[in-house]
Amino acid sequence: MKKSLRGLAPKTRKRASAAIVLTAVLALTACAGDIPSATQPSGKSACGAFNVAVNPWVGYEADAYVVGTVAKEKLGCTVNYKTLKEEVSWQGFGSGEVDTVLENWGHPELADKYIKQQKTAVDAGPTGNTGVIGWYVPPWMAKQYPDITDSKNLNKYADLFKTSESGGQGQLLDGDPSFVTNDAALVKNLGLNFKVVYAGSEPALIQAFRQAEQSKTPLIGYFYEPQWFMAEVPLVKVNLPAYTPGCDADAAKVACDYPKYDLNKVVSTKFATSGSPAYSLVKEFTWTNQDQNTVAEYIAKDNMSPDTAAQKWIDANSDKVAVWLK
Amino acid sequence: MGIVVAWLVLWATLKGLDTLELGGADKTDFQLWLNSVRDTFDTARTNSFVFQHIVQPITDGVNGLVTSLQGIFSQASAGRPVPEIGWLGVVALLAWLALAFAGVRSMLLVGACVLLFGFFGYWAQSIDTLIVTFFAVGICTVVGLPLGIVMARSRRVSAAVSPVLDLMQTLPSFAYLAPLALIFGIGPAAAIVTTIIYSLPPLVRITEHGIRGVSPATLEAVTSMGSTPWQALVKVQLPMARRTIVVGINQCTMAALSMATIAALINGPGLGTPVLQALQSLDVGSAFVSGLAIVLMAIMLDRTTTRASERSGIEARIQRGSGAGRAGALRGPRLRRTSVVAGAVVAAVAIYLSHNYLALAKFPASPDLGTPLAKAVSAAADWTVGTFSGFTEWLKNTVTALLVDPLQSVLAQPPWWAMALVLLGIAFVLAGRRAVIVTIVCEAVILGTGLWNESMKTLATTLVAAFVVVFVAVCLGVWMGRSKPADSVIRPVLDAFQTIPSFVYLVPALALFGPTRFTAIVAAFAYGVPIATKLVADGIRGVSPVAVEAAESLGTTSWQMVAKVQLPMARAAVVLAANQGLLYVLSMVVVGGLVGGGGLGYLVVAGFSQSQLFGKGLAAGIAITALGVMLDRITQHAAARFGSTR
Repeated sequence: MKKSLRGLAPKTRKRASAAIVLTAVLALTACAGDIPSATQPSGKSACGAFNVAVNPWVGYEADAYVVGTVAKEKLGCTVNYKTLKEEVSWQGFGSGEVDTVLENWGHPELADKYIKQQKTAVDAGPTGNTGVIGWYVPPWMAKQYPDITDSKNLNKYADLFKTSESGGQGQLLDGDPSFVTNDAALVKNLGLNFKVVYAGSEPALIQAFRQAEQSKTPLIGYFYEPQWFMAEVPLVKVNLPAYTPGCDADAAKVACDYPKYDLNKVVSTKFATSGSPAYSLVKEFTWTNQDQNTVAEYIAKDNMSPDTAAQKWIDANSDKVAVWLK
Repeated sequence: MGIVVAWLVLWATLKGLDTLELGGADKTDFQLWLNSVRDTFDTARTNSFVFQHIVQPITDGVNGLVTSLQGIFSQASAGRPVPEIGWLGVVALLAWLALAFAGVRSMLLVGACVLLFGFFGYWAQSIDTLIVTFFAVGICTVVGLPLGIVMARSRRVSAAVSPVLDLMQTLPSFAYLAPLALIFGIGPAAAIVTTIIYSLPPLVRITEHGIRGVSPATLEAVTSMGSTPWQALVKVQLPMARRTIVVGINQCTMAALSMATIAALINGPGLGTPVLQALQSLDVGSAFVSGLAIVLMAIMLDRTTTRASERSGIEARIQRGSGAGRAGALRGPRLRRTSVVAGAVVAAVAIYLSHNYLALAKFPASPDLGTPLAKAVSAAADWTVGTFSGFTEWLKNTVTALLVDPLQSVLAQPPWWAMALVLLGIAFVLAGRRAVIVTIVCEAVILGTGLWNESMKTLATTLVAAFVVVFVAVCLGVWMGRSKPADSVIRPVLDAFQTIPSFVYLVPALALFGPTRFTAIVAAFAYGVPIATKLVADGIRGVSPVAVEAAESLGTTSWQMVAKVQLPMARAAVVLAANQGLLYVLSMVVVGGLVGGGGLGYLVVAGFSQSQLFGKGLAAGIAITALGVMLDRITQHAAARFGSTR
């Protein structure tokens, strides 16, 4: 600003300075107007800032915004949503930048590091959602080839699943880099004539399944529930040899299905001992897969903003919300 | 030729031997070591002196500054439901700045773009992106200009810093995002540091190039008149290199904007968040609209800064100019000064009003251009997919079977030592002895990362993509270089493809081609073609008109003109286009990993997503850098060789 004034002629410089003084005066007298100062919503106790990590999938978004909206409306918290991958979220527990991760899929290595060793995080109980991981086929295939849902019959169909990427074998589409998969070992140990191909991201996986159902092309791949996409295309799970505790102990010799995950919440140790009312909300928060899918669908299918979607569910389910706040 | 034969013989006889393949979850000692370094740092950071007393204050300072700027311009601030300055004030302020520094046309452009951000429904995110970009480019300028000047004056400094710049530019940001968040926390500070790492190198390089480009004769004349080095720098070198330096700052800005989406992965504020959110629900339309906002911002900043620099250049000349020109030149400026002052008053009033009235503080929800545009784009994408998916399936299978698969098998299936020798031979034949040394070093690095096989697979897709890029760039570039109308139609499209975040077109690309290596090639192609085409077009246009006229008078056909005159004379530009095309393609390897490209790209993505694969991901990032440096040096030395000798 100063620099630009120096270049001007004396007269205009005076005028420019006058303008600046005027601005300052206007700013100082800025008391008229219709903007209210933010009012503190009536809460039981001061909540302060509540930092929610938002991991990058729609189901998680549903959890985060429902809990966040309740915290904001009912407890008067200042909610900060932080879009982060899982690992980075856990890193943030120690520095206080993240208070809670609301949907954790196992992650034993992170739990070991941050809960056991560094003690910066604690488990805050299950979300009530059950996570299922496995191999899925689009519904049209399950209908046309009913016995395809048994992994023993997969070799019979291997030819159907050939693609430009699978080098003559059937393609098993793996995908989301966030999940540990045993699929390469599974294919080998179950003696399947398939090759694991990495789709690389969740959108790639979903798009592939959507395309397969639309144009009735064969596809088999790694997928998981709860997932909003299941409401659009109800994929059918292929049965691998049943999971028994310990059957996946040696990653190289795995020949059984994935275990079911009881998804849980994780909070930072600081947050847990802070006495924030938001902590008890997080601890009490549970809902069903159906609930989560409803909100996720609002977001992904009906293109609602996460805030609006959460609000809509909360308005329709005040009884469930009341339990979390007891 | 002999090398190729030997290569094929080796491939046929030793196929599958010593390929150094590494399974999905397997890790080498080096990769495990990287993991342990990260873990040690993670536990030590809270007690470390350096961290507590140097890094932490910097982080807090940057975060505090950005947050307070957000409170003024874009986000609800303490005690208020809206920012201190509402939308009307921000629009008026930005338009006034454009008027004062760049003129009326820029003012209109800035006003229109900023209003569009709001009508698209991304008001706050756009202003956040502006703040972050402004911050990052500001720091880059403060650090980069002096660095570039020092590098221009000392060959030794230049030689020492250059490899670091290479590393900053080619190491995929996915590979260091998580540790960066460990150091600088989650939020604006880490996002800005990531942005700086990627956008600093072009500024430094172009500044160095600009200063060095000042004619030595002029410099000598000034020095002989007794001026100190400082005077020579300030009075001669900087003014004369001004245009180039502005180009450097522009490139730095574009690079900074291209990091918006990546920065959103560690909660960097701005337009990246809606892009990623739309990607999660495969909402092509919304992703496009938020991506378009980034493109508009790039255009706005590019045109305005260019015009501002042109104008201040003219002013400087007028000030230095003779008295005769003055009388006439003064009337324009006087009018302008009056309008600038008037504009200041208008802006001040707008700021005042928008501070106080809700309607002028909160961007109005209607007219909403974003939703209809998003719907239209989604529909268009669906139509395209529905109509062309048969053809694209065929195209994908053909290219994969005829080009990608054979190349991948001859690169990745021979034993590593044979392939290393073949690469050395090719480097020697194409580029001479100096390139061989670089190639040896890069090969050693790749071997050290333990990812030789994956690197060769990535090299195969990269080469195919680069080949297609060069082919298309030459066709389009020649056309643009020879025809002005073609240029004016194609160039904006190229600009858009260069700045739109690739995440926007990944979903349609996936719909057309499925998660395959070919999709990765398509994504790389979309990003690599613009730069290469522009370079070819500029080269063709730069061919001396005398030569063209002379050839014309001899009655050459236009085909002969292109093949025998224009292309050969623009050879240096074509080789440069190949070089840049290759590097741009390589920078898309990670994005390719997101859509089924496999290879190193997938490993980098997985390393960012899974804690225990961090070391492997970083190793893959290093391997990508090594590939990049190797390809860059080979093409550069080849260019020096074939570009000059005829």
